[in-house]
Amino acid sequence: MAKAMERLGNWFTERAPGLMPLYRAHMTEYYAPKNFNLWYYFGSLAILVLVNQIVTGIFLTMNYKTSALEAFNSVEYIMRDVEWGWLIRYMHSTGASLFFVVVFLHMFRGIMYGSFKRPRELVWILGMLIFLVLMAEAFMGYVLPWGNMSFWGAKVIISLFGTIPYIGHSLVEWIMGDFLPADATLNRFFALHVIALPIVLLLLVVLHIAALHEVGSNNPDGVDVKHGPKGNRWDANAPADGIPFHPYYTVKDLVGVGFFLIIAAFIIFFAPTFGGWFLEHDNFTPANNLVTPSHIKPSWYFTPFYAILRMIPSFFGTAIWGVLGMFGAILLLALLPWIDRGEVRSVRYRGLGFRIALAVLVISFLALGLVGAGVTAEVIPEWFPHADVTTWENAFGRVMVLGYFGFFIFLWVYTHFGFEKTKPVPERVTTHD
Amino acid sequence: MANEVVDQGRRRFLTATTAVVGGVGVVAAVVPFIKSWEPSARAKAAGAPVTVDISAIEAGQKVTFAWRSLPVFVVNRTKEQLAQLQGLEPRLLDPKSTDPDQQPKYAQNEARSIKPEWLVVIGLCTHLGCVPDFVPDIKPEPFDANWKGGFYCPCHKSRYDIAGRVFSGVPAPKNLPVPPYHFVDDTHIQIGVDPQEAG
Repeated sequence: MAKAMERLGNWFTERAPGLMPLYRAHMTEYYAPKNFNLWYYFGSLAILVLVNQIVTGIFLTMNYKTSALEAFNSVEYIMRDVEWGWLIRYMHSTGASLFFVVVFLHMFRGIMYGSFKRPRELVWILGMLIFLVLMAEAFMGYVLPWGNMSFWGAKVIISLFGTIPYIGHSLVEWIMGDFLPADATLNRFFALHVIALPIVLLLLVVLHIAALHEVGSNNPDGVDVKHGPKGNRWDANAPADGIPFHPYYTVKDLVGVGFFLIIAAFIIFFAPTFGGWFLEHDNFTPANNLVTPSHIKPSWYFTPFYAILRMIPSFFGTAIWGVLGMFGAILLLALLPWIDRGEVRSVRYRGLGFRIALAVLVISFLALGLVGAGVTAEVIPEWFPHADVTTWENAFGRVMVLGYFGFFIFLWVYTHFGFEKTKPVPERVTTHD
Repeated sequence: MANEVVDQGRRRFLTATTAVVGGVGVVAAVVPFIKSWEPSARAKAAGAPVTVDISAIEAGQKVTFAWRSLPVFVVNRTKEQLAQLQGLEPRLLDPKSTDPDQQPKYAQNEARSIKPEWLVVIGLCTHLGCVPDFVPDIKPEPFDANWKGGFYCPCHKSRYDIAGRVFSGVPAPKNLPVPPYHFVDDTHIQIGVDPQEAG
C-alpha cells in the first residue's frame, strides 16, 4: 500500500515537478512568526466564509429563478419547499454578514499592527481591492431576492452614479438597462454576482496570499522575523522566530474555525435575520416600484459609508459631494501605507497619539454605522422628545464624519512632522525562547 | 534569409502597428458588449406616452400614475395650497425654477404647471430617487414646524413644497422634475408628449 502511494506520488512529481515545491513553499516551509494572537484568525476565517459562499451559492442557483417576475417567489420556494433550502439560504445570507465581520476585524488588525506598511503595501492594496469587489458582490447579491428593500436599495445605490456631472443620467440608464431597476438589471446583477465577480475575487485572494508569502507575515510586535536571527529546528536558514504554517497555524486556525462555526450555527439556527440587521424586514415583501419602504437603508456593513454619504449636504447644485466623500473614505484606507509615515509598525510601540486616533477611528466608524442604519433617528426622539431630530442627527453624524477623516489627516501630520514619540522596538518577537 | 543585422526601426514599426491595429480591434469588439447594457428595444417601447383620466381626482388629492415605470404624481391643488407658494420663496433653493432640466418651458412658472391647480411631477426625490410622501395639510409636522403642505422624502428627509420646489438645507439638490405632458381635453392628460408636439 505504502509502496503504491509512493509510486503514485512519483508519477505526479515526474509530470508536475512544481507541485510539491509549491505546497512546501506555502504550507510546510512557510515560516510565520511564532507570536500570532487572536487577531490572526480572521484571514483564514475569511477564506472559510468564501468557500461557504461559493458552495451554498452554487446550490442556491439550482432553484433560484433570475426574473423580476419569479425571483421573489423562487426564494420563498427555496425557503419553504426545497429540502433543506432554508438552511442553505441562511448559510449564504449569514455568511455574507459574517464575511464583513471577519474582513473588518482583519483590516483593523492590519491597521493596529501596521501590517500595511513597507514592504507589505501591495498586500494591503490587494486586500482593499478584495474589499471593493466584496462590497459589489454583496450589493448585487442583496438585489437578487427582489424584495422591496432589494429594489430600493438598488435604486439608491445606482443613483449614486447619477450625481456624476454630464454623463450621470445616461450612466444610470446604462447600468439598469431600463428607466428603473427592472428585469434587465436583475439578470445582469445575477451574471455578475455568480460568475464575473467571484472569478475576480478568487484571483485577488490568490494574489493577496502570494504577495503576503513573498514578503512574509507581520506579527503583533511588528518586527520582521526575516531580519532576525536564523535557524530553527526545521531549517538552519529559516527565521529563528518562525514556525511552519502547517501544521502549527493550520491547527491553531482550526480552533478559531471551531469557535466561529459555533457562533455562525447559533445565528443560522436561532437568529437568521439577526433582528433585521442581516435580513431586513422590508425585504420580505416583493419589489414595488411605486411604494418606498419607510426607511431605506443598506445592509449593516455599508451603513458607515452610507452615513458619510448622507451627512455631506449637496451644494453648488449637485449631490456629488456625499458620493465623493463615501468613495474617498475607502480610498483613504487604501492609501494608508503612504499616509502613515511612521517607522514603527505595531501599536505596542507606537505613540499615545496613534492609540487615541485609532480609538477615534473605531468609534466614528461604529457611530456612523448607527447613523446609517437609522438608529440615531429612532433614539433621539426617545431620549430627547423636544429636540429637532434632523438637526441633532446631522450634528452628531457630521462630528463622526470629521472623526473618521480626521484620523487620516492627524496620522499624516503626526508621523510626517515627527510628532510621534515611539517606544523602543525589540530586536526579536517578545515571546522567543 | 541570412539576416545578420536586425533592423530595429523596422521591428519597432511592426510592433507598434500590430499593437495599434490589435488595439483598435479590441476596442471595436468591446462596443457590442457595452451597448448590450443599454435599455433594450422592449424597455424603450414600454416607455411610450400614457394618457390618464384626471376627472376623478378631488381638490387636494394626489393620484400616482405610472409612466416609463416611473411614478408620476398628479395633484389637484386647492386655492389655499396655491396661496402658500409665494411666501415660501426665501426658504427654497430654486424658487424661480431656473434649472431647465427640471421642467419644460411651459411649466417654468410659480405653480410649475400648465393649469395652476394641476401639478404633474415625477415623484422621485432628486437626491437618490426615493418616492416622497404627499403631506398636503398646512400644519406643523415633526420634520417642519412651519409646514405649508408639500412632499417629504422618508429616505433622507428632503422636503418639497406643493409645487415640487425643493427646500434649502436638505440633501436633494433640485426641484422635482416635471415630465412633458399636455391636456388632451379638460379631464385627460397625456404624459410623455409636449403640448406643441401634440398640437
